[in-house]
Amino acid sequence: MNQQVKEPQSSGSMYAETVVIHPRHVKKGLFRAAKWWLMWGLLAFFHLAPFLRWDRGPGAPSQAILADMDGRRGYFFFIEIWPQEVYYLTGLLLFAAITLFFMSALAGRVWCGFLCWQTVYTDLFVQIERWVVGDRSARMNLERAPWTAQKIVKKVIIQVGWLTVSAACGIAFVLYFGDAFQMMKAIFTLEASIGVYSFIAIIGGFCYLLAGFAREQVCLYMCPYSRFQSAMFDEHSLIISYEEWRGEPRAPARKGQGFEGRGHCIDCKMCVQVCPTGIDIREGLQMACIGCGLCVDACNSMMDRVGLPRGLISYDSITNVNSRAAGGPGDKTRLVRMRTILYTLLLTVIGVGMVLSLGTRRTTEVNILHERAPMYVQMSDGTIRNGYTYKILNMIRQDRVYNLKLAGIDGATMEVVGGESNVTQMDLSVPGDEITTLRLYVNAPEEKVTDKKTDLIFILTEKSEGTELRSTSLFAGPGR
Amino acid sequence: MAHVEHDVISGQNTTGHEWDGIKELNTPLPKWWVYVFWACVIWAIGYWVAMPTWPTTSDYSRGMMGYSSRGDLANELELQKKARSQWMTKLEAASLQQIKDDKTLLNYAMAGGKIAFGENCSACHGSGGVGVAGAYPRLADDEWIWGGSLDDIHQTIQYGIRNENSESRQSEMLAFGTGDALDKTQVDQLADYVLSLSSKTPAAGSPGEAIFAERCTACHQEGGVGTKELGAPALNNSIWLFKGDKESAKQGIVNQVTKPRHGVMPAWAGRLDAATIKMLAVYVHSMGGGK
Repeated sequence: MNQQVKEPQSSGSMYAETVVIHPRHVKKGLFRAAKWWLMWGLLAFFHLAPFLRWDRGPGAPSQAILADMDGRRGYFFFIEIWPQEVYYLTGLLLFAAITLFFMSALAGRVWCGFLCWQTVYTDLFVQIERWVVGDRSARMNLERAPWTAQKIVKKVIIQVGWLTVSAACGIAFVLYFGDAFQMMKAIFTLEASIGVYSFIAIIGGFCYLLAGFAREQVCLYMCPYSRFQSAMFDEHSLIISYEEWRGEPRAPARKGQGFEGRGHCIDCKMCVQVCPTGIDIREGLQMACIGCGLCVDACNSMMDRVGLPRGLISYDSITNVNSRAAGGPGDKTRLVRMRTILYTLLLTVIGVGMVLSLGTRRTTEVNILHERAPMYVQMSDGTIRNGYTYKILNMIRQDRVYNLKLAGIDGATMEVVGGESNVTQMDLSVPGDEITTLRLYVNAPEEKVTDKKTDLIFILTEKSEGTELRSTSLFAGPGR
Repeated sequence: MAHVEHDVISGQNTTGHEWDGIKELNTPLPKWWVYVFWACVIWAIGYWVAMPTWPTTSDYSRGMMGYSSRGDLANELELQKKARSQWMTKLEAASLQQIKDDKTLLNYAMAGGKIAFGENCSACHGSGGVGVAGAYPRLADDEWIWGGSLDDIHQTIQYGIRNENSESRQSEMLAFGTGDALDKTQVDQLADYVLSLSSKTPAAGSPGEAIFAERCTACHQEGGVGTKELGAPALNNSIWLFKGDKESAKQGIVNQVTKPRHGVMPAWAGRLDAATIKMLAVYVHSMGGGK
């Protein structure tokens, strides 16, 4: 292929000036439409989801999606997660990470171009500029214009718009951590805690900074994802590709002249002007390309206008582009390949594992701590006593009664500090969504405890369902 | 000025620096990045002024904001004390039984007692009251040499055992092997009998039983049940402070009969406030399940 050589940069400076990018508006096209739908959809979800309700009964939070930090519970519709189950979140993150890789292997940087909050908010912030000032050329003219009253007014309106969106972003974020309706009221009547306002300021401030000013610099210099995209792609991944074989040599279109003996690229630079990261896709796949496809839309419009076939810039794989370059049909992209099979397998395993573990997850948990100081105590009548802290976690919002008995050591009896003593089994009622902690002594006859450590099994039976939970702990003795 | 070259393959310029023929491509850093760096430097200078930073030969710079982590701690301790004071007055006013019956007060006393025990008692009695065989009694079992009721324990903690305090618990095990009160054989017979007491099969009719009845029952009572008021331990159970292990069990008894050892415990009244001693009494009482 014809390797284009960049002109050397004139200055030898080690530091690059940041050039503000004013992307041109793409009026119509598949990818622009997708970006609008996704942008408004994602924003709507983010802002409205905290207001969704889910009835969990009296006394329980009615918010569908809630991370209750004070109550130490996570709520997601019908799922209620306790602190010790945070590994579900790990599973979810793992699933999300592999989905990201999978998406990249199949269709390039879909995340970056369409779904990432940096993309969504930057798109919205640029749209605000467009509403106030106008499209690319108008904005660039305003940049160059002297500071008149009109310019100041426009700039102020833009900043107010950005700050409003940022504040809304910060507020929406904190609503996931408390009852949305109450928090909204508290926030606007200045009754919320300093912590709430701090988080709104931090999240909102970063939204303002990153979407208003940093923009593509985030993708280029802060986000690690672009740096390893080449490891995620292969020649079958869909990427934004310029069909060099067809486009070159490029030249401006002239009325009355045909396209014989020259490339189809009319060098209108629309692809460069619409690019949110300001690159020239005709130089090939590059790190700064976020895969949004706006240049595809722009180029297709131009091709329509000059009466050439669409797809000079296409959302396609390298294999297909090469195939077309060689005169083939360009349908060589394979979706099923080792990479995608492995990702699918991984996703299936994690997904099924998560669903299974969620579906079969116990609604009762037991924690047992064997007392270590002392490991055991010999009583005056010779019995060996071990102390335990026995916790029952009733993880549904319903009072339940359990039966506790022992196995593993004959003649072992239980004694609850401040409760029953010398019993072989006992009933325990645990209120819904609560933990009951027992200080429990187990006494065993000296002659039955022959080893330094014996397995002692606590059998907890939920009385209405009859589900049984066996937990093994140790019973220490002097040994013989 | 260094010689900047153009690299054809990458399309970039070199920095112009050269080390033994190795040249570096110039990938310019965005200027805002450098500004962020300088902003951090300025922040650091502000930090030096505002916060304690620099050591001097005998002191350190205090900083304009007058922050000190030690001061933070002092404030927090003060707040803790304030938060605790209402509980402490309640504990001081309540009787031991009232503390035991009031669930919230009991909870507080247990938590506070545990900490006070760790700080003051565990050095000898071990954490969790495990004790040290042959030296300090185990508190986690159900034998109480000086009584295991709340009041007994409270009394023991307040005034201690065999110390200079006028209220201290006092008693002495007599030495029978010296001054020819008992000869060697008799001591041996006695030890055999005492050992048999703890094995639940007292050697009735043995010569040791007669000696025991004559010499020991005044304090240890018939059958070796002991007298708590005198601190005479029960001998008829599995718990021995000075007996030692299985092999030297008898020797331990012989030693105690001929050259008795006496445990000493300091008085805590005066060292700890009344509320803390109450918390300790409740906590220690709970260790062995109480008596």
